[in-house]
Amino acid sequence: MGLLSFRGGIHPPHAKKSTEKKPVEHLVEPKVVVIPLHQHIGAPCEPVVNVGDHVKVGQKIGNATSFVSAPVHSSVSGVVKEIGPKLTLGGKTTCVVIESDGLNTISEEVKPKGDISTLDGKEILEIIKEAGIVGMGGAGFPTHVKLSPPPNKPIDYVILNGAECEPYLTADHRLMLENPESIIYGLKALMKVLGVTKGYVGIENNKMDAIEKMTKAAEKEAGIEVVALKTKYPQGAEKQLIYACTKRQVPSGGLPLEAGVVVSNVATASAVSEAIQTGMPLVQRICTVTGSGVKEPKNVMIKTGTMLSEIVEQCGGLTDDISKLIWGGPMMGISMSTLNIPATKTASGILCLNEADATIPEKSDCIKCGKCVDICPAFIQPMLLDAYALRSNYDQAEKLRVLDCIECGSCSFVCPAKRPLLHSIRVAKREVLARKKRV
Amino acid sequence: MELKLNLSSSPHIRSKDKTSTIMRDVVIALTPATLFGIYIFGMNALMVVAVSIITAVLTEAGIQKLRNKKITITDWSAVVTGLLLAMNMPGGSPWWLAVIGAVFAIAIAKHAFGGLGHNFINPALAARAFIMSGWMGRMTGYTTPKIHEISQATPLNVIKGAFSLDTSALSQFKDVYDAALANVQSTASLGDMFFGNIGGVIGETSALLLILGGLYLLLRGVISYRIPTFYIGTVAILSFFLYGFNLELVAYLLLGGGLMLGAFFMATDYSSSPINPKGQIIFAIGCGILTVVIRRFGGYPEGVSYSILLMNVAAPLIEKYSSPKVFGGGK
Repeated sequence: MGLLSFRGGIHPPHAKKSTEKKPVEHLVEPKVVVIPLHQHIGAPCEPVVNVGDHVKVGQKIGNATSFVSAPVHSSVSGVVKEIGPKLTLGGKTTCVVIESDGLNTISEEVKPKGDISTLDGKEILEIIKEAGIVGMGGAGFPTHVKLSPPPNKPIDYVILNGAECEPYLTADHRLMLENPESIIYGLKALMKVLGVTKGYVGIENNKMDAIEKMTKAAEKEAGIEVVALKTKYPQGAEKQLIYACTKRQVPSGGLPLEAGVVVSNVATASAVSEAIQTGMPLVQRICTVTGSGVKEPKNVMIKTGTMLSEIVEQCGGLTDDISKLIWGGPMMGISMSTLNIPATKTASGILCLNEADATIPEKSDCIKCGKCVDICPAFIQPMLLDAYALRSNYDQAEKLRVLDCIECGSCSFVCPAKRPLLHSIRVAKREVLARKKRV
Repeated sequence: MELKLNLSSSPHIRSKDKTSTIMRDVVIALTPATLFGIYIFGMNALMVVAVSIITAVLTEAGIQKLRNKKITITDWSAVVTGLLLAMNMPGGSPWWLAVIGAVFAIAIAKHAFGGLGHNFINPALAARAFIMSGWMGRMTGYTTPKIHEISQATPLNVIKGAFSLDTSALSQFKDVYDAALANVQSTASLGDMFFGNIGGVIGETSALLLILGGLYLLLRGVISYRIPTFYIGTVAILSFFLYGFNLELVAYLLLGGGLMLGAFFMATDYSSSPINPKGQIIFAIGCGILTVVIRRFGGYPEGVSYSILLMNVAAPLIEKYSSPKVFGGGK
């Protein structure tokens, strides 16, 4: 069978060698965790504990106040020291600071919920919601919201994203190798919630070992197919992944459910399985700490609320020529000004780049080579959008469909004139959206 | 510890390609055909190439200095323009003609319209058209290649000539196409055409070396297959219909003149061709149609450069109406 893929895309260096063969390591128990009450897209949680309270692992410390939100649980057992605004990735937000007692006493709330064969869809959905599970691929969209499509939108497929197309990151890869059964179990749970009989797991073919393991784990499941995807960035972008697996295009401006598909990350599926089988909510995840700016690149299991500085310290620390710190991968990750922020449910990677790797060459004039147009997976024309954005001609940018940009960054990557195309596009997008709101 | 960190929006990595590596690749791709041109047309051809390149680079530096802009001659783009211009001039051209051409290409066609990436027509072709209109005789006075004695007329001239033969001269042939083929066969064999042992401008004679250079650019990802394939393909198909369904004559028409040089190196000029794939195909087909129409019905034996210039002017319009449909369609 030919490899599934989409049209467009780029081939950045994989840079996964330094961590792809390294099993996930557990870190030294953090003494203090700073758990943000807003680790997802949607409304922040309200704290349900008070300073001085003793909490246990898996105990709920923040309650969702609206539908698009996800509760937050403690990742350690210990005493609540402080509840207040702390610096996180997205700025200051309310965090619960817990001093660990080192015992890791597990909360009484945490107990096996049964099996998917006996639970019905509604019950599974409730378990997922209560476990605070959010999309672990990066955006952190609450999973139960995704699993509640309007009744007039039938869902035909669930696709698990195991592409891990971001260079450097190997967290999903390791998960697929070390715990493939949990991913398949989680997928079955998602399929049951949605009443779907067909599920895909899409994996790029630079991870043949993961494809093998996952295929083996899924061999008894009639409705589940593990598919090899061409290694190409952004193969794991939601719309591109849906196209690769089903040849369906999500309508412009629409959600995947409009193409009858729900996409979830493999790590999310594994978290669902954990929530059902052991009852443990989402309080830890695998994170790849890598790049030329860290001494011992590793895949580590991190508890939410662990300070990034502590995590990096246990990977040998930063090199002297450290120049850039990135939350996530090099294509879509967010550059950080400090490591003194806590890890959350969406921390898939901490990428540390030294000066040579972090230096972005100076931009020069566009030579109109059209490479950005050639490779754009959304089929828009980045070089024209760049030009219009720089002239503040946002009407024209909107006409040229700037809002269809998925911000994968392929255009900036490929540009021989080193123009920050995506940066311009982001400015134009923000402006176009702001205008729409004003009207 | 205080860290000195870079902050920027994603992506945080960039490809290795640079403007200068692309332009340098074009120069590398053109080198074999140029060296061959120098070999068959002699030292004067070398002089034309050198003068044209040096003038182009100096003009670019001078203009940028005058305008207080950053001097960008290290991006190799002026070298490409100078080289392409020289390849479009006869080997016997005087040095001052190369100077005039190169200054026009860089100062007028390129910088007057905004410099790199903004020229609406191919600078080298614009300069060729300019000096052609001023010094027609010198631009068409092709030097005879020195490898073996052949007529000074280019194969395309010979083919064109057949269409103005009188009936008595034609009577010994089946038809006018037959006459054209017979005449051109006596001028050069298809092998001569392929290897480049024919009359013409410095850089257009060796189809083989130009195709090799073009393939190099394709492999390096500098150009896409679209413009060369659709351009040459259109010329082939249309020539077949307009030249009496004579396949051998079509082969002469494909290998002759500036088609290979034009299709691989001139029509693919980034800033004067459409940026989107569909637009490039329309552009290339347009070049092909115009080339054959000029060759067959126009006043010149050769139509490659004018066809590209005309399509250059049409490129923005093509680009506007060939915008790709976004993923997911809609509206």
